[in-house]
Amino acid sequence: MSEHMVSNIPVKREDFEENLRRRQFTGLVWQRLFFIANVSTMVILLAIAYNIINGAFGYVVFTYAVDPEELSERPISELSEPELVDLLLQKVPRRLRVVLRDNLSQVPNNVFTQEPISAVLKGKTFDPEWADLKVNDLTDAQIAQILSDNLTQEEIAFIIRRQIIQPNISQSWNLVESLLNRSEIERIAAEKYPKGDLVFYSWVNLDFITNPISSNATNAGLRTALLGTLWIMLVVVVASFPIGIAAAIYLQEYAPQDSRITQIIETNIRNLAGVPSIIYGMLGLAVFARVLEYYTSGRFVGVTDTNGRTVLSAGLTLGLLILPTIIINAQEALKAVPSSLRDASYGLGATKWQTVTGVVLPNAIGGILTGIILAMSRAIGETAPLIVVGASTFIGIDPNGPFSKFTVVPIQIYQWTSRPELEFKNTAAAAIIVLIALLLLLNSAAIYLRNRYSMRI
Amino acid sequence: MTENIIHAKVSQRELGLEKRFRPLDDLIRYVLFVCGALSILTTIGIIIVLSSEAINFFASYGEIDTNNQTLSALSPTETLIDVTTGGGTLALGDLMRLQSSDELMRIVEVIDRDTVIVERGVEGTTAVSHEAGREVFIAKQVTLLEFLTGTRWQPQIGFFGIWPLLNATMMITTIAVIVAVPIGLGTAVYLSEYASERARSILKPTLEILAGIPTVVLGYFALTFMTPLLRSLLGNDTVQIYNQFSAGLVVGFMIVPLISTVSEDALRAVPRSLKEASLGLGATRFETAVRVLLPAALSGIIAAFILAGSRAFGETMIVAIAAGAGPNFTFNPFEAAETITGHITRISTGDLSYGSMDYKSLFSLGLVLFLVTLMLNIISDYITERFREVYQ
Repeated sequence: MSEHMVSNIPVKREDFEENLRRRQFTGLVWQRLFFIANVSTMVILLAIAYNIINGAFGYVVFTYAVDPEELSERPISELSEPELVDLLLQKVPRRLRVVLRDNLSQVPNNVFTQEPISAVLKGKTFDPEWADLKVNDLTDAQIAQILSDNLTQEEIAFIIRRQIIQPNISQSWNLVESLLNRSEIERIAAEKYPKGDLVFYSWVNLDFITNPISSNATNAGLRTALLGTLWIMLVVVVASFPIGIAAAIYLQEYAPQDSRITQIIETNIRNLAGVPSIIYGMLGLAVFARVLEYYTSGRFVGVTDTNGRTVLSAGLTLGLLILPTIIINAQEALKAVPSSLRDASYGLGATKWQTVTGVVLPNAIGGILTGIILAMSRAIGETAPLIVVGASTFIGIDPNGPFSKFTVVPIQIYQWTSRPELEFKNTAAAAIIVLIALLLLLNSAAIYLRNRYSMRI
Repeated sequence: MTENIIHAKVSQRELGLEKRFRPLDDLIRYVLFVCGALSILTTIGIIIVLSSEAINFFASYGEIDTNNQTLSALSPTETLIDVTTGGGTLALGDLMRLQSSDELMRIVEVIDRDTVIVERGVEGTTAVSHEAGREVFIAKQVTLLEFLTGTRWQPQIGFFGIWPLLNATMMITTIAVIVAVPIGLGTAVYLSEYASERARSILKPTLEILAGIPTVVLGYFALTFMTPLLRSLLGNDTVQIYNQFSAGLVVGFMIVPLISTVSEDALRAVPRSLKEASLGLGATRFETAVRVLLPAALSGIIAAFILAGSRAFGETMIVAIAAGAGPNFTFNPFEAAETITGHITRISTGDLSYGSMDYKSLFSLGLVLFLVTLMLNIISDYITERFREVYQ
């Protein structure tokens, strides 16, 4: 009763307006604060982008084992093939056979010196008289002859850069320093590296993508890791695509919705989606890499040079990891198919399976594919589980099948980031740009599919 | 009309309309079921793998190097052992093990610094003969009590306390949640109550992109951006190169999208009528948001916080890169300290040999990680279900 009384006391107009102003002011302040919360996520995103770009471009100083200007009178790009090979012959005669092996050999490295030339250089140009000789029987001049006959000018020039000039990045600056402090950088470079070249360098370039792993930042490349990522993704797709769709079809179309087992499966899938990814790595290590080693190492098909820490183990682990995501997404896509379509199909006398394959799947496939691509873009960025399964820290041979040792792009980023040399921070930034480009590619594919198939229903 | 009647009299069999025998359909149904049930198998696999290796861990003996060596050869019955006085002391009651043998001996009498009397073949092991010059280790069983209460983690030399790792994990999770809750909740309120369609179309994708960034990239960001920033703000002496604070901040950024998305969904689920009633009574938009919508959506929002905490607890790459290597029991966020996940990552880099102490210890850590995150997820689910306000 008393509360009603209070409300009857006449309120002074000034008090009311004062109070209203205060409340509106509070509201305005908080609205600004909420807005700032939003802006801060944008600032974070911009800071991340800035940080990566800052690391991937900027001035570097190249120093050389042999100054290119002292090597020949004319620039290397203008020399002919025999002249270039002549340079090789003069400067590094001992490395000619290695150059031959790395560029022209058709046989495995361990029999390179044992097989006759006709086998080693099968299909290449060489004097027929040498066909029965072995590599070590040839003189340096003869090997030089073979090189100049078989390689193009650009290829030999590249070999000369690698073998004789050996450019090396001795110091690097980030983009912002490079733009703002140019004169200072030029001064330092001139002082510390009088013979070096100061150039503005993009750490992301074609060589970076095609070079294999290297312990030297100048030559370090992403090829090994990219191939690892591609092979593992292939295993992931083959393993999780059919199982994920099948599970979603079961749960959405077949499973009795109120049964206890169905509920347990659904809850379980939700919980699995929340398990930290590193735990999947431990599962993969103990089950795929250790218990199933006979299969994952490829010993059952005669591969002998690996243990269980292979592309196959890694792919299966990631497959399990993204299975819950694939199932949940595929279920959403199946749910979106109108039940009238199913009813129409049953009405025409189709069986359940005919309805699923003939009506439901064709209508849901766009959504399912989108979900799978999004799940894959998660898998591509995963690092921790693969480290635990047993990624190799250094791989000499490119991954070339399910039973290869592996490393992947994110692991390469992790390793480069963890190294003390500053130049590896630049290669890490460049690798991040490649990784993000891959992710953007996948996501645009997902958006394309979504737009294309959403018109059909 | 008459024709219809005649048709009806034709039996289903003659028209071939009877239910056909389709064994394939049943088979397909079972195959699909097996695929669905695979998720259960995964869960069971995780539990079995983690707990069996963890049990192995708790049944094993760690070794503490004493730098002592036996002086003479031992037959299986000899109990008097002479050792060189290397460094570590042998104390009464210690379990002793000689290099590369499984036999355990209990020290029953210490005669002087380099002579002890032992009981041979204890703890279920058998006494065997040993050559002279074997290294002497103190064997120390890993106990659950030490695991849960110890403040030093160095499995190679017999220290098995999880607290340095757990402490760092909890500190980083706390920092992350403290950072992410205001940003995430503010974003959610703004998006659901204030933002125009245009603002939404910019802000929503921002969150989605942030959520899609691989964590290794965020780790790079923490180490090469946040840490230098903190060091220039607070001084190089205060902030170490690897520190928990910048890792925690960036883990916080990582969970912002999760908090804001789930909270926004919860806020949007509150019926319009409640909001309109509040506005109709003269409440400002802020008062409506804070006094009507937030309380109504509270269960969903709290669930979002807990879910985000669970995600932060299990986050790996950011902390592996930026928080530092090496267990360190410290409450100073600017010092380096290794988390559970960071430790697992560092130890498994390279070829970890099966059955080693490190290998077994990893699974005990994994079990803790799994149980804590599972518990948080279940609590989050429970809160969503139990405290959801149901409106007609």
